[in-house]
Amino acid sequence: MTQQPDGFGPDLVEVFGPSQQDGGPELVQLLTPEGERVDHPDFRFDTGGVPEDEVIRGFYRDMVLTRRIDVEATALQRHGELGIWAQLLGQEAAQIGAGRALRPQDFVFPTYREHGVAWCRGVDPLDLLGLFRGVDHGSWNPNDNNFGLYTIVIGAQTLHATGYAMGLQRDGVVGTGDAERDAAVIAHFGDGASSQGDVNESFIFAASYNAPVVFFCQNNQWAISEPIERQTRIPLYQRALGFGFPGVRVDGNDVLATYAVTQAALQRARDGQGPTFVEAYTYRMGAHTTTDDPTRYRLSDDLERWKLKDPIARVEVYLRRNGLADDDFFAAVQGEADDLGVHLREGCKALPDPQPLQIFDNVYAEMTEELAVQRDGFADYLDSFEGAHS
Amino acid sequence: MSTQGTQKITLAKGLNMGLRKAMEDDAKVLLMGEDVGKLGGVFRITDGLQKDFGEDRVIDSPLAESGIVGTAVGLAMRGYRPVVEIQFDGFVYPAYDQIVCQVAKIHYRSQGKVKMPMVIRIPFGGGIGAVEHHSESPEAQFAHTPGLKVVACSNPVDGYWMIQQAIACDDPVIFLEPKRQYHADKADLDDTATPEPLFRSRVVRAGTDVTVLAYGPMVRTAMKAAEAASGEGRSLEVIDLRTLSPLDMGPVLESVRRTGRAVVAHEAHVNLGLGAEVAARITEECFYSLEAPVLRVGAFDTPYPPSRIEEDYLPDLDRILDAVDRSLGF
Repeated sequence: MTQQPDGFGPDLVEVFGPSQQDGGPELVQLLTPEGERVDHPDFRFDTGGVPEDEVIRGFYRDMVLTRRIDVEATALQRHGELGIWAQLLGQEAAQIGAGRALRPQDFVFPTYREHGVAWCRGVDPLDLLGLFRGVDHGSWNPNDNNFGLYTIVIGAQTLHATGYAMGLQRDGVVGTGDAERDAAVIAHFGDGASSQGDVNESFIFAASYNAPVVFFCQNNQWAISEPIERQTRIPLYQRALGFGFPGVRVDGNDVLATYAVTQAALQRARDGQGPTFVEAYTYRMGAHTTTDDPTRYRLSDDLERWKLKDPIARVEVYLRRNGLADDDFFAAVQGEADDLGVHLREGCKALPDPQPLQIFDNVYAEMTEELAVQRDGFADYLDSFEGAHS
Repeated sequence: MSTQGTQKITLAKGLNMGLRKAMEDDAKVLLMGEDVGKLGGVFRITDGLQKDFGEDRVIDSPLAESGIVGTAVGLAMRGYRPVVEIQFDGFVYPAYDQIVCQVAKIHYRSQGKVKMPMVIRIPFGGGIGAVEHHSESPEAQFAHTPGLKVVACSNPVDGYWMIQQAIACDDPVIFLEPKRQYHADKADLDDTATPEPLFRSRVVRAGTDVTVLAYGPMVRTAMKAAEAASGEGRSLEVIDLRTLSPLDMGPVLESVRRTGRAVVAHEAHVNLGLGAEVAARITEECFYSLEAPVLRVGAFDTPYPPSRIEEDYLPDLDRILDAVDRSLGF
């Protein structure tokens, strides 16, 4: 940054210059793209007594299986089995790191791309396909796994997360010191959503009430075709300070760092210390969705540069180089991925279409008489065709 | 703090007492909005409630309507029953996305797994000499949205009961309060009485010549019109619709089949207003009973004018009687 001569402070245009290309000096990293462990003064990889290599192997497995979900779903879309799919390729570490930092009592508010977090919460990946296939708008019960339904309106869920966190405060499950009870909320969103009024309002509400919520932004550099520069003139994590709570930029392709930073942020929230903004600095290696064509708006050089920072490859290098996993382990994970692929391919095609009269179900908790009349009229109308066909 | 007996109350008092009762009955009921705490709301509807129920249950919010409704969604998901106050009708639009895309659809989206028992209170209508955005009637925009229920109270007694019923409802309810009436007429409340169900319209004055349909602030105007008409030997039946979505057409159709004529009045614009839907349904159901087309009386299809001429803009007693004349002239 350069100081401007007029006394108005730094020239913000510089923040997207070369010094920021890899996330800048503030980027928290614990595992380099080359697979080297590095220390950070503020954040350390704490597995809570579980052997580190076991946890890291688990992360590797999670990421491989999550990528497989993405690959299979993309293929299912190409085969016409899904109407659309929102790809997460490249964001596996950000999602697994964040997902594995959660405790069972924490609650997750996802966007429509949190397939890896869903995996961590124990949602059957097949259940994710329903809304992309067009058989439902989201089929899992949010209360079964404390994982909310996918929200398609950009950023709307950050307010729901803040309100839910305010509910936790009122339920007396924040800052009691009881690790089994104290709970937090995590709100997922992207760099594009950071421009939304709802996201900014959620920051204000969370700050005002000191709500136990972690705002987890996957900055994948692209909002469909619009680069991050269109959304912000300062690094996103720095915005948090203006709202009155801390912001951290973590290497979103580093599962260890993402895990460590999210874990610390969630613990702050559970302890009653309020909201944190985590910017997971990553890259959308695929398209926005299967309907998108990134070749129209970005250079392949960029993609090639980010491929060198692949979130899965660096963990594999680390595990192999340090003798923490053998060929059998990698083969077993691959076998699991193949089984998952079969589950998704066969399961997707077997997902039943809803029946026409289900259009009317659950519009209200208590159906209105006028809607019941509409439904019955439609039923009669359908029956009249059945007669004609017989 | 049940009063046990009959007392004279304003609409503001009725709503205040109803909110208090709902909060006493269910610890999950929370109030949230701008200035609802110490101030008691700009209309004093929540007067004294923060003092008695605390800041955790009567929550002064930042000045952001989408934020109010959006966080209330999260509170509802956590098992609370939030009652949010939108300070004025014209300020609801920043929350429109949350109301229409989230509040209205979450039960449907989740196939009934997530309930959204939220009440969104909106003081609505004009006649208070206010500046722009403080006198609007946006009800049709919410009644047009499946997943929401929309009701409008017109008098102190209904205010007391209907707000409690709306809070007890497991569906989201847009609760419209005629702000012009807040501190106007008093009525006798017997809080031991059995209230009418929430989603029912009601004949508030029996008559034989023309059925006049109204809700919210126009009920009072319609009643005065009926009184004036009776002086001229015309018998108007007045129905307070009370529920705008769903509509309760039973009493309306029964009445129109007797009178053969209907006039529907509201402060909202005529074009695509509630009156259009009511007229269509009457026409479909009572076609052979009608002696005249169903006529609509409402505001002109313009933005709300400066307040010095708002009484020209809003339908009044004479405009209702003019429509009655036209109906009888067919």
